[in-house]
Amino acid sequence: MVLQMTGIRKVFPGVVALDGVDFRLLPGEIHALMGENGAGKSTLIKVLTGVYDIDGGEIELAGERVRFTGPLQAQQAGISTVYQEVNLCPNLSVAENIFIGREPRRFGRIQWSEMRRRADKSLARLDLDIDVSAQLDSYSLAIQQMVAIARATDIGNTRVLILDEPTSSLDASEVEQLFAVMRRLKENGTAILFVSHFLDQVYEIADRMTVLRNGGLIGEYRTAELPQMQLVSKMIGKELEALEQIEEEVREAPRRDRTIIEAKGLGRTGSIAPFDLTIHAGEVVGLAGLLGSGRTELARLLFGADRPDSGDLAVDGQPVKFHSPRDAMTRGIAFSSENRRTEGIIGELTVRENIILALQAARGWTRPIPRRRQDELVDRYVQALQIRPADPERLVRDLSGGNQQKVLLARWLITEPRLLIIDEPTRGIDVGAKAEIQRLVAQLADGGMAVLFVSAELEEVLRLSHKIEVLRDRRLVEELENGDDVDADRIMHTIASGATP
Amino acid sequence: MIDVTSPPRTPAKKTARRVYRPNTKHIPVLATLALLIVMYSVGVYNYDGFGDTQVILNVFVDNAFLLVVAVGMTFVILTGGIDLSVGAVIALTTTVAATLLNAGWPAGVVLPVALLIGTVLGFGMGAVIHFFKVEPFIATLAGMFLARGLSLLINRNSIPITNDFWTQMAQKRFRFDDGVFISLNVVIAVVVVVIAAVVLAWTRFGRNVYAIGGNADSALLMGLPVGRTRIAVYTLSGFCASLGGVLYSFYTSSGYSLHGQGLELDAIAAVVIGGVLLTGGSGYVLGTVLGVLVLGLIQTIITFQGDLNSWWTRIVVGILLFAFIVLQRLVTRKAK
Repeated sequence: MVLQMTGIRKVFPGVVALDGVDFRLLPGEIHALMGENGAGKSTLIKVLTGVYDIDGGEIELAGERVRFTGPLQAQQAGISTVYQEVNLCPNLSVAENIFIGREPRRFGRIQWSEMRRRADKSLARLDLDIDVSAQLDSYSLAIQQMVAIARATDIGNTRVLILDEPTSSLDASEVEQLFAVMRRLKENGTAILFVSHFLDQVYEIADRMTVLRNGGLIGEYRTAELPQMQLVSKMIGKELEALEQIEEEVREAPRRDRTIIEAKGLGRTGSIAPFDLTIHAGEVVGLAGLLGSGRTELARLLFGADRPDSGDLAVDGQPVKFHSPRDAMTRGIAFSSENRRTEGIIGELTVRENIILALQAARGWTRPIPRRRQDELVDRYVQALQIRPADPERLVRDLSGGNQQKVLLARWLITEPRLLIIDEPTRGIDVGAKAEIQRLVAQLADGGMAVLFVSAELEEVLRLSHKIEVLRDRRLVEELENGDDVDADRIMHTIASGATP
Repeated sequence: MIDVTSPPRTPAKKTARRVYRPNTKHIPVLATLALLIVMYSVGVYNYDGFGDTQVILNVFVDNAFLLVVAVGMTFVILTGGIDLSVGAVIALTTTVAATLLNAGWPAGVVLPVALLIGTVLGFGMGAVIHFFKVEPFIATLAGMFLARGLSLLINRNSIPITNDFWTQMAQKRFRFDDGVFISLNVVIAVVVVVIAAVVLAWTRFGRNVYAIGGNADSALLMGLPVGRTRIAVYTLSGFCASLGGVLYSFYTSSGYSLHGQGLELDAIAAVVIGGVLLTGGSGYVLGTVLGVLVLGLIQTIITFQGDLNSWWTRIVVGILLFAFIVLQRLVTRKAK
């Protein structure tokens, strides 16, 4: 046994984040930590890495009782971590990011050339050949993630490697690369704790899994003995009717009698090639394509966040020119951003303040919304979206990812938009919340709202959309009516080849 | 579940390293260097005698103390912090040194005591910033009032220094073949600059300073000693301020509680004009040296012009600050 945690308890003001959780890791295994957002996975990891101190229970590492006072102690004891968000220093070089804190030195002087050489070697093990003296933020997020993994695995005495959502920004081949590295580390006897929302990935790589729910332990299972469906129901604590219901629902074709927005030859050099797109009231239009294919860029043009340099845009048949998102908002267009952490949610404000933000902005700051009206509105949406905890005065940063996403949605819904653009609303949130958000989108469309739905998950796009726009290399290559003949393979083919089969 | 994310990655090629294309990190420093060259050329073209080597050396002589203080400030700003106390620390150091010397204390004791003043104060401010999570702006503002108040309490008047060692140090000149010279202050400042440059580029402490400026949360999660480094940076800045104070007392042969008023702003201006990012994580000591030279050269030009009010220095510095902050913004935005 490499690691044994027993009866771990961690309390935050007002919340019991972990309540008597047991967790163990064997050498040379890949162990998945499963649970919905807010189940306590992140807290458990932070306890293990010394970021949080525990309020109860004990941790044994290789048979010895330990108590970490900080990440450095945990690291020295052989526990290395790669976090969900890349936690590296963007202003330093790749090589430095791998070695900072344990740079090769002679007489106290850092040996830069030796460091670069070792960095090259350590990245080569991940099949990555990049200029290690270049600044980290000159590379894509995926590469930064690989650098973070290189850093974590390069620590000589790593006994436990924690990978917290490492695959969320990697493409399929990069995921395979990562898995290859994980398997190699596993053969060398490293215990790997793996957290991912992609169930398929978990089933591909994990030997065993521990399931958490609401800060409590549900159980420990061998992956091979626990079918996916059972796992999901253990994670969300209810049967899967809810999840399947939406799948069953037949999406009726919308009546396309009212055009909300119409783009003709709209484009922006270097961002997206000119495209035509019409969205009607009550219609869900899905945007499919690889990361970087121009999905977000297209959405930003429609919202006035970027200015087009060609083409025309018409709202309700009237030509418009958006100079800023404000112009779009006054026309009833709302945009819920992809980066909920950096562009959307303001963690230091309460749920109520976050929800009210866009409406207040639309009214102008000289006309504050009366507090009673605020409470009314917020209560309605907190209930409708089932935001948990249902306390409008809670700070948003204390909410789980899925609930933050719902707060963000509520913010735009409250402005009663006619066209809602949602960029990656379900990324990094758990199955239950995902289903709820999908159902919500369907409901909104049935209520007459037009929705432009941007997602990297094809199945989600297929499930929700009436019409699918396929993007490839910053160009809208095809428009598909969603029907029985359209499936993921068909879209994948278009994405891959760029032409209709 | 189908996971469709980024397109196949094309590995970055290493060949690009051969071709010279300024690293975005170097652009602000290069801009300052260009500015300096332009200013110097303008001076040489317009004024007789501006081209003398001694003129440029005098810029060093007159600003050695500022250079030392600005080096300390560079460390602080690189971590994303700020130190407003340095001007007041200079006043306190000179006042304490002058008072003790006049009371008959030997210079060998006064010197270390003087140097300790800023070091201890800096350590205290660093500790407050780290342990109580106080904004550096607030903590060092408090330090500034404290140091200035203390020096006013000790003596409200200018105290002349007549100590032999002090006068010797003040008058020490290093002469070169063609008659030009520098003072001891310059030598000390240059040593400080060299040490600082080496520390920043080649030691763990130096790299941790950059890491904290880049992303303090990440630095913590990467297991770097964030608290220790942060406290050390303010301690270092305090030490540099005290050393600057000692140099200032050499330079003026006096201790005065009103010395160094607004000097913290000069130091910050020099650092920023020298291309150090105010939000931290990017910049070089060499840039700070150039920044101090720019400030000094502006003064020199105004002196040579003769009919300009010396407050023009401030106006020009203000304009330059604006220009450089905008330049930094543009550079960082382009890099994103």
